[in-house]
Amino acid sequence: MKIDWAALASVFGVSLVVTVALVGLFTLGIVALSKQSAAAGSSASGGSVALARTGAYACFGLCLAAVSYGIYLIVA
Amino acid sequence: MEHITLLLAIVVVTALVFDFTNGFHDTANAMATTISTGALKPKTAVAMSAVLNLIGAFLSVEVAKTISGGIVNEDGLRTEVIFAALVGAILWNLLTWLVGLPSSSSHALFGGLIGAAVMSAGWSSINGGTVVTKVLLPAIAAPLVAGLAAMLATRLTYRINRNVTDENQLKSTAKGYRAGQIASAGLVSLAHGTNDAQKTMGIITLALVTGGVLAPGSNPPLWVIVSAGVAIALGTYLGGWRIIRTMGKGLTDLQPPQGFAAQTSAATVILASSHLGFSLSTTQSCSGAVMGAGLGRKGGVVRWSTATRMFIAWGLTLPAAGLVGAGAEFLTKQGPWGITVTAILLVGGSFAIWLASRRRPVDHTNVNDTAGEDEPQGVVTTAIAAVQPPPVGGPAADLMTTIPAPAPAPDDPARPPATV
Repeated sequence: MKIDWAALASVFGVSLVVTVALVGLFTLGIVALSKQSAAAGSSASGGSVALARTGAYACFGLCLAAVSYGIYLIVA
Repeated sequence: MEHITLLLAIVVVTALVFDFTNGFHDTANAMATTISTGALKPKTAVAMSAVLNLIGAFLSVEVAKTISGGIVNEDGLRTEVIFAALVGAILWNLLTWLVGLPSSSSHALFGGLIGAAVMSAGWSSINGGTVVTKVLLPAIAAPLVAGLAAMLATRLTYRINRNVTDENQLKSTAKGYRAGQIASAGLVSLAHGTNDAQKTMGIITLALVTGGVLAPGSNPPLWVIVSAGVAIALGTYLGGWRIIRTMGKGLTDLQPPQGFAAQTSAATVILASSHLGFSLSTTQSCSGAVMGAGLGRKGGVVRWSTATRMFIAWGLTLPAAGLVGAGAEFLTKQGPWGITVTAILLVGGSFAIWLASRRRPVDHTNVNDTAGEDEPQGVVTTAIAAVQPPPVGGPAADLMTTIPAPAPAPDDPARPPATV
């Protein structure tokens, strides 16, 4: 009986890092986007809203890349 | 196709039935959190999952070369043995569905195969070490990995959005969590269709090779791919509502951020494990992720009695499916009449379980109700409760004592006002 501890450890590590990173990025993205809808009510400065929106899209872009890689893994 | 014997036809049909039970048993993995947090309506969720399962079945052409991945010596495996194994797996899948417990369909299949192979060729046909590395160790590792990842991710996501208090902002983040959850649930569905439909294709192909219809090493014919994909998609669309309820509501109460963290963790673990060479069960990863997300939120509770019942079911999966598989193989060994009896028992058993489920049906209309379902005292009680009509009135008082009422809002920033 040979237990592949290295594979188990890498599954552990990769899952942990990727999950936390993805969830973190996505949350940053939606929080940044939500600033925009908050600002829509009040009169916040246009610049910071634009910045937040750009940041949000960058976060979503990274998440989208991760999902695409996931689909690639499924297909491959 | 001209040489398909009656036995072979029975095996193919049984394999498709197993595929079907696999589909509705595992709908919960992808969609339980999505349904319980209200990100998708129940019917929409299962429809989406079914379509993605179907697509997944066609995505990859690399069909599993073995049923058990080395647990059982499959050289010279007779067709009857495959049939007996499938009988064990199907009956265990249906029984766990009846009591609403998520358990691994692959492990049920392994169990059935082990039982049938032992009955057919003795203990020497089993590779004990592989049982440990492919079944026991993953069963411990999967919930730990997925649970830890989901717990940390839940903590993080609550931490990042703890300052979000504005009404519009809350609405916007809730929408975001919904979208994220749906995306990761879709990924899980797709991966499930690819992995599990291929398992069935592998079984049918193996049976066809054993029966001499296909040359060894050939790819599955198109009709096998199509029928396996359709069977798993139909099963998924039917929805294993009992298991969805346990996973989405029974283990813990999920808020949208938790659902998102759990589903993302599950999707990551499933993909990482299958591509880094240490396969983990989808069901066990998802259940672990849900529990981890439950622990990650401040004030979140995991109902350990439900979790314990689930762990017991995981432990029983292999021996129970094995016993049924062995019994079925004992019958099929007796000749054609034995195979007929086994087939009748399978149909009768499935029908009985279905009848029992009708006495207290769970479907898309009441999948998110928890009344009467929480905190039963143990496996036996649950099994009894599952086949008895619910007591009239009174569960509310019980619930009050076991589920702390969610504290109004402070640790709960992304709770949507009404997401349906």
